[in-house]
Amino acid sequence: MDIILDSAGFNQAVEKICSEILRDNPSLDNLAVVGMHTKGVFLSKRITEALSKRLKKPSLQFPFGTIDITLYRDDIDDLGLDIPLIKDTEIPFDLNKKNILLVDDVLFTGRTVRAALDILISFGRPKTIKLAVLIDRGNREFPIEANYVGFKYPSAKKIKVECKEIEKVDRVIVL
Amino acid sequence: MILNRKYLLGLQNLDKKELQIVLDSVRPFKSLFTRSVKKAPTLLGKTVVTLFYEPSTRTRTSFEIAAKRLSADVVNITVAASSVVKGESLIDTGKTLQAMNADYIIIRHSLSGAPDILARSLDASIINAGDGFHEHPTQGLLDLYTIYEKKKSFENLNVLLVGDILHSRVAKSNIWALTKMGAKVSVAGPPTLIPPKIETLGVEVYYDLDEAIKKADVVNILRIQLERQKENLFPSVHEYVELYQLTKARLAKAKKDILIMHPGPMNRGIEISSDAADSVNSVINEQVTNGIAVRMAVLFLLKPKAGKNEL
Amino acid sequence: MNFEIKNIRVVDPSQNKDAVDSLFIENGLIVSKPGKAFSKVIDGSGKIAIPGIIDIHSHLREPGLENKETIKSGTQSAAKGGITSVFCMPNTKPPIDNAPTVEFILLKAQKEGVVNVFPIGCITKNSQGAELSEIGVLKRAGIIAISDDGEPVSNSQIMRRALEYSKMFSLPVISHCEDKELSALGVMNEGLNSTILGLRGIPAQAEEIMVSRDIMLAELTGGHLHIAHISTAGSADLVRRAKKRGIKVTAETCPHYFSLTDDDVRVFDANTKMNPPLRSKKDLEAIRKALSDGTIDCIATDHAPHTQEEKMREFDAAPFGIIGFETMLSLVLNELVDNDILTLSQAVEKISFNPARIFNLKNRGSLKEGGIADITIIDPQCFYEFKKEDIVSKSANSPFIGRNFRGAAVMTIVGGKIVWEN
Repeated sequence: MDIILDSAGFNQAVEKICSEILRDNPSLDNLAVVGMHTKGVFLSKRITEALSKRLKKPSLQFPFGTIDITLYRDDIDDLGLDIPLIKDTEIPFDLNKKNILLVDDVLFTGRTVRAALDILISFGRPKTIKLAVLIDRGNREFPIEANYVGFKYPSAKKIKVECKEIEKVDRVIVL
Repeated sequence: MILNRKYLLGLQNLDKKELQIVLDSVRPFKSLFTRSVKKAPTLLGKTVVTLFYEPSTRTRTSFEIAAKRLSADVVNITVAASSVVKGESLIDTGKTLQAMNADYIIIRHSLSGAPDILARSLDASIINAGDGFHEHPTQGLLDLYTIYEKKKSFENLNVLLVGDILHSRVAKSNIWALTKMGAKVSVAGPPTLIPPKIETLGVEVYYDLDEAIKKADVVNILRIQLERQKENLFPSVHEYVELYQLTKARLAKAKKDILIMHPGPMNRGIEISSDAADSVNSVINEQVTNGIAVRMAVLFLLKPKAGKNEL
Repeated sequence: MNFEIKNIRVVDPSQNKDAVDSLFIENGLIVSKPGKAFSKVIDGSGKIAIPGIIDIHSHLREPGLENKETIKSGTQSAAKGGITSVFCMPNTKPPIDNAPTVEFILLKAQKEGVVNVFPIGCITKNSQGAELSEIGVLKRAGIIAISDDGEPVSNSQIMRRALEYSKMFSLPVISHCEDKELSALGVMNEGLNSTILGLRGIPAQAEEIMVSRDIMLAELTGGHLHIAHISTAGSADLVRRAKKRGIKVTAETCPHYFSLTDDDVRVFDANTKMNPPLRSKKDLEAIRKALSDGTIDCIATDHAPHTQEEKMREFDAAPFGIIGFETMLSLVLNELVDNDILTLSQAVEKISFNPARIFNLKNRGSLKEGGIADITIIDPQCFYEFKKEDIVSKSANSPFIGRNFRGAAVMTIVGGKIVWEN
């Protein structure tokens, strides 16, 4: 089993994302965070924790939402029975005029992000949407790029992001 | 997780696990309703046909909205009841729709088993929107979901169905679903409107509504068809109202948090009084809202047509 | 054609015979060993010869409903099933309530039929239950019994008169027992299955009330009542008690009532829809018992062909009835003989000897010397699947398609002529 990022590497990647976010928007003005199910939700929590640590505001709270893209996938007919249980898409805040930070674990073809963008705009008109991903695998099929990348790993191999919350360890491995 | 099924013909065939998948899938669809864009592209390019051999504005509209919120193209066909026997056969109608590449056919029919006949001869996904006295699975599922949403669990839950159980496909689908989920189901109505051997399905039978309602956590009032009186199944509407109308007075004997349900359309003042229908315990309007979400979930959860015949 | 069938197991209840022997057929009759040996000899080793099967209840649909069946196709189907004589019910168009229709059927049967055809006349004109048909004239034209099958005589006075009047012709009155007001719009047995399927039920009592009434009228009149297609435990019991009291009543059942139950209606298959309907397991057991204790005298098919289009309709809209000629013998062998409900000899009584005796068919139902050479040859080791494409009848409305059987007719001889051979 090849490990791409171990626990320390995982943390470094999260920190790298935070640095880039703060460079762009130091005051985190009007920021709202939206995590993509499943791993993007955990990752976005990791990012907001790191951001609040950096700003030394332990109680820093951003409006927070989650997105499940199942209903917006363009390959639903090809999945057969391998469709996971749909999870909640919850945007419990008014996203009009917000700066949305969209978080996912891996950026690959760009199709998932395309679906997520469709969902976000079905809730209203955000001021900006920026994308943060832990791993960029390259191999894009759509003209979509991340604004913040934790780690670049251009590869056609399937990889898996593991999180403490589920797999009891933070790391990224090649399957 | 989706259902490894192409058809939804009845809840008799769904097991507990499948029913739970449906219950767990509804909320994401319901949450669509609060967005400014209440639509997802899930069924974009798919064709949904509602084929109704019986008038039903409510169910047809509910399916239509459900399909449209999933971006499907919807075609509504209403066939006059008179042509059931005289006109084109059901199978030929179905085959015509299939030749037009219908992906889902939602059928309502006055005769039991019509959806099964269609499913046997077509490739499209068939959804039963109510057939004769057999089943009305999506109504059963939306009732199940509405109860689940309010009561959170079916364990030790007492659900009472009141009225014409004999001719009620809604009752049948409710009984299958609720008993499988672990609820205790009772029915109350005159013996002439209780189907034979119903107790074999794990249902307790009452003739006295005042007695039956005492322990109910949920009461589902069925629509009484007034033409049943002509078949001597009950002597008069007046007597039916006396014995079986859900009234405020009867509710006073029930649990404080009893849920009042009705599949609609209601005969206000006959099987249910207005004050009962409009009371705080009533979830009748929520049933309608949930109906759309449940039907969206069903459209999503059925395995799409395998190997589509594309031109 | 004269020939001998040798080395064959001959099962003939009329002679209490079950032994390997030879059969000699000369000029259409069964003869004892002739002086000069026949040139044609058929080896019957491993096979069984029984007196030709007489099916006392069928619908040949001609005249008027030739899209379902004709006398030609129906008798061919019967021959394939090992049946040498069929009685045909009068619900044709026009119905058999007039002599010309009887004559037409007999003529058609003579020209195109391959087995013997015995028409049954209407009890009442057009089977409307209002006025007696010309029973005497019909008898002279050639009917074997009277019945308003499917449209039972609801008026007790008229049924009384029918039983009374027919006595002078020794014509049995065949009654399809059904209280139509009680069965109302029912399409299947009333019970848990009708509840589950949401189909209107027909209670067993809809049959039993009429069985009971007709037995009382037979007692009153001394007429010969034959009860058609008994399907319930209660009916069997009523007949059993009536027989004990010496009332002139005989009865038949059909293979589906001892082979299938209303559990088989499960998927709304209209090929399981017939009247009376498939009943419960308890009824099925009672029918088997009534066959074995002699309460039920005959097994008949109630062969009722309907087109595929009609049977593909919604269950409620599809007509009642199934075909039966081609599966009767195999069902009797597999369901009754193999399960030790009847011995082979008792089974032959139900399908040949008793029908001939009850309906006064001279020189049939027996392999005695001098009898008409109507013979069914059975291969008890013939394994086969009953397939739709093998059906000879014009219609294929059978719930037994796809079933595997052991034992079937391999040769059917009618009046000394081999009319079917496999």
